[in-house]
Amino acid sequence: MRLFTFQRASSIDDAVASGSGAAFLAGGTNLVDLMKIEVLNPERVVDVARLDLGKIEVRDRALEIGALASNAAVAEHRDVSRAAPGLSEALLSGASPQLRNAATVGGNLLQRTRCAYYRDLGTRCNKREPGSGCDAMDGWTRMHAVLGVSDKCIAAHPSDMCVALYALDAVVRVRGPGGEREIPIGDLHLLPGDHPDQEFSLRVGELITGVRIPMDALAARSRYVKVRDRQAYAFALASCAAAVQVQGGVVRAARFALGGVGTKPWRVPEAERSTEGRPATRQTFADAAEMALRGAKPRRDNAFKVELAKRTAVRALMLSAEIAS
Amino acid sequence: MSADIGKPYLRADGRAKVTGEARYAYEWPASGVLYGALVTSTVAKGRITAVDTASAEKDPGVIAVLTPFNAMRLPGGAQPADTGDRVVQVFQEDQILYSNQPVAVAIADTFERALHAAGRVKVRVERLPFTVRMEDELHAAFPHDIRNAAGSQPADQLRGDVDANLRRAEHKVEAEYETPPETHNPLEPHATLAVWSGGRLTIYDATQGIFGVRKKLAKAFAVPPGNVRVIAKFVGGGFGCKGSAWSHVLIAALAAKQLGRPVKIALSRPQMFGMVGGRPRTRQKVSVAAGKDGKLIALRHESVSTTSRFDDFIEPAALVSRHQYQCDNVETKHRLVRLDIGTPTYMRAPGESSGSFALESAIDELAHELGIDPVEFRLKNYAEIDPTEGKPFSSKSLRRCYELGAERFRWQKRTRRPELALRAGKLVGTGMATASYPANYTKASALARMDPDGSVLVRSGAVDIGGGTYTVMAQVAAETLGVPYEKVRFDLGDTEMPEAPRSGGSITAASVASAVEAACRALRQKLDAIGGRPRESVEAVGEVAPSEDRKRYALHSFGAQFAEVEVDPELGMVRVTRLIGAFAAGRILNARLARSQFMGGMVWGIGMALHEHSVYDEKLGRIMTRDLADYHVPSHKDVVVIDPIFIPVEKDDIVDPAGVKGIGEIGITGAAAAIANAVFNATGKRIRALPITPDKLL
Repeated sequence: MRLFTFQRASSIDDAVASGSGAAFLAGGTNLVDLMKIEVLNPERVVDVARLDLGKIEVRDRALEIGALASNAAVAEHRDVSRAAPGLSEALLSGASPQLRNAATVGGNLLQRTRCAYYRDLGTRCNKREPGSGCDAMDGWTRMHAVLGVSDKCIAAHPSDMCVALYALDAVVRVRGPGGEREIPIGDLHLLPGDHPDQEFSLRVGELITGVRIPMDALAARSRYVKVRDRQAYAFALASCAAAVQVQGGVVRAARFALGGVGTKPWRVPEAERSTEGRPATRQTFADAAEMALRGAKPRRDNAFKVELAKRTAVRALMLSAEIAS
Repeated sequence: MSADIGKPYLRADGRAKVTGEARYAYEWPASGVLYGALVTSTVAKGRITAVDTASAEKDPGVIAVLTPFNAMRLPGGAQPADTGDRVVQVFQEDQILYSNQPVAVAIADTFERALHAAGRVKVRVERLPFTVRMEDELHAAFPHDIRNAAGSQPADQLRGDVDANLRRAEHKVEAEYETPPETHNPLEPHATLAVWSGGRLTIYDATQGIFGVRKKLAKAFAVPPGNVRVIAKFVGGGFGCKGSAWSHVLIAALAAKQLGRPVKIALSRPQMFGMVGGRPRTRQKVSVAAGKDGKLIALRHESVSTTSRFDDFIEPAALVSRHQYQCDNVETKHRLVRLDIGTPTYMRAPGESSGSFALESAIDELAHELGIDPVEFRLKNYAEIDPTEGKPFSSKSLRRCYELGAERFRWQKRTRRPELALRAGKLVGTGMATASYPANYTKASALARMDPDGSVLVRSGAVDIGGGTYTVMAQVAAETLGVPYEKVRFDLGDTEMPEAPRSGGSITAASVASAVEAACRALRQKLDAIGGRPRESVEAVGEVAPSEDRKRYALHSFGAQFAEVEVDPELGMVRVTRLIGAFAAGRILNARLARSQFMGGMVWGIGMALHEHSVYDEKLGRIMTRDLADYHVPSHKDVVVIDPIFIPVEKDDIVDPAGVKGIGEIGITGAAAAIANAVFNATGKRIRALPITPDKLL
């Protein structure tokens, strides 16, 4: 770990005023981990954990979740599990109970990739050190992304929560030096492109204050399916958050987002729309999954993810539609 | 008679461990101690041309950065001190022989400062071509005999005519199986504190064998072994990787000597991948044939495993095929392949765990081909005597293990057509395998003392790597002396005590219990001679060693593993819903701790079957699964019903005086095969390369 200065923010405004070169510390499950191995080396760490941003409440037919609500608190909250069961399932499928108790929603929105090369200073990584190259590309790619990749970076986005939030059309509230603004979650994470070191659309000083999730009929039907190498404490090989509304055996509306396979949580609107008006059958969902994986660029070790992601999507969509496998 | 042996006493060291009182190697204090942080290589092969330490040395609190260019020369060199010891890298040469090799150590007045300084060291390297791919070097595979605690065994062995019988066989299976490189990952990282006082060295080490560490350090620093004291009171897991003194142990002693102050070094988790051994990758070809009657007529088991360029470690995977089943025509072969990797080493049931995966999978394949129940097939080919040399088994209760295990598992209800056995959308399958592990025993000694207050202290320089040595030896002493268990304390982990073997090869319980018995018997005689409780302390030594008689027998523990799995038919996820093992391993010293040991082994079996894999980046020559998020071992959710059952007393007067067969390792043997066989039963897919991950079942 490198030397850094530590300060505790007394208010949101105080935090927002901390300027560039500062990292906000909440649960610390990701930041501290990465600082220990010198992958993230902020000059200043601003502790925001004591700010009053931990509330979970229902307002204007939406779930309002404070940025400092813990993953565990959100997952177990009655309104969340009723109004957005897929979010509960996603949170509970991630990490371990200890980590979920410490990790926060705000932190999880900014969770860094688990790419083994990103975390190993003995390798080249464009995300960690822009322009240095990428050893993952022709290396061990089993855990890497097949969607949204560039020739600079193939690191998979690791969060389960973000996948569910994307399918739920969540909006991220931020406060910055210029005031408050809202970012649709799909716009929070950037594709790696030529600049994989630029990961978020946040501006200097902006602090995530909360997330809003519309409480609609789809959200109440949301489900999350995750495939991984062991039953707990493992990142997704493929995951899917899905919400389907069926009326008289016909799909009225559907949303689904994929995890474990993209450089960011992945949604394909035309794949979702393709299901509308069609019978709620395995074939309908399989066709949609096929569309969602179009353009996938697998590498040596992760080719299986293309098929696995499709099957995972079908499973999640069928669960939400309550069709037996 | 108190009959303490076998009783399920609580772990004697349990309270100390859960309250934090138990002192592990890194936690010992030392006046003026310095902290070392290793810098390890990022290339797999090369020559260090320069080490830039200027920036690190400017850091506050930094005392020195030692490198191959300024480290003192070891007067005795760093070569292995005995069989089972490994070649290490202690800044004596400028060569880099594998990725993650120590190339420098930053020494500072605090742990944090040392770590920070280590991050500032820049190593310049002339890179050399390398390979970590077994396939690249298969052409140069060479035979190597097997040397371990039990002595030496030839690489190859042939009985009868395997070729002719394979040719004429009506039913046969010929397949290749593969086990990946694995890394032990004990919870406690390797750690050493070295304290010099004049020409005497005291080492606090996370080790499985204090006398081996002493021998190696005495040789390296050219001092008499008596001048080196090694202490290991508590060890947070070993599994084989703490079986010898690796580089960091010598580096700590070297730095302490050179700087004139105590030095402690702990490895980080990523540093434990490569520098301190691991299970080597194996490729195993098994050909097995049987007649219509289900009797085996030929068995060939050829294993290739990997080692480093500079040291020989062989995974004796085909040994198990020499004695597991009755067959007149058996050929076994062991080959080694050199790669630019750190030297592998013993890892929980070396040989038997990886080898039983191949053998017991192949046996299952043949049983399936013959349409014979897997248990019945094994019973048809039951070896009444060791088929290798015609020796009788000192004891063998495998038949009983099959019965007990099958009954508890309700094997008879097994579905032959697994695809019909859907449970909540999951395919359900069952499988089984035979477990076995050599009953090792070697010379050991102990000292027993009774004080005037009637309390007893027994000491032996063994270590307790978690198996329960503290507890079971007190039980053995209490029973042998005929005193209450509460009156006895057993102490260990110090080379000032009578010598005991390295805790590896499931050897400690058998050897040390026999020595403790001998010491306590001798003490009892002395006490009887003076008529009971002594006025002043009385002590007696016990020393034991294997008898010649022992060599006339084949000596093994046996067991039977039964697994039930659920497999998601579309998504490929496997869950082991039940794992039941029935074991017979001589006399069980403590039923509670034995159960824990067996369970631990079986959980390792789940890990071997489904999770563990040290994945190399072949381009970088580096293990990329370098932490416990990427290197998977079973989580609680991966272990559902796990139920070891065992025969409390399998009478065996030959194996060793205490009648004990070690149980540290047998629990993992056969488990991976039983699970893989269950996966086949569930899905019809035969996965011959571990681990069985979802992608392999899509």
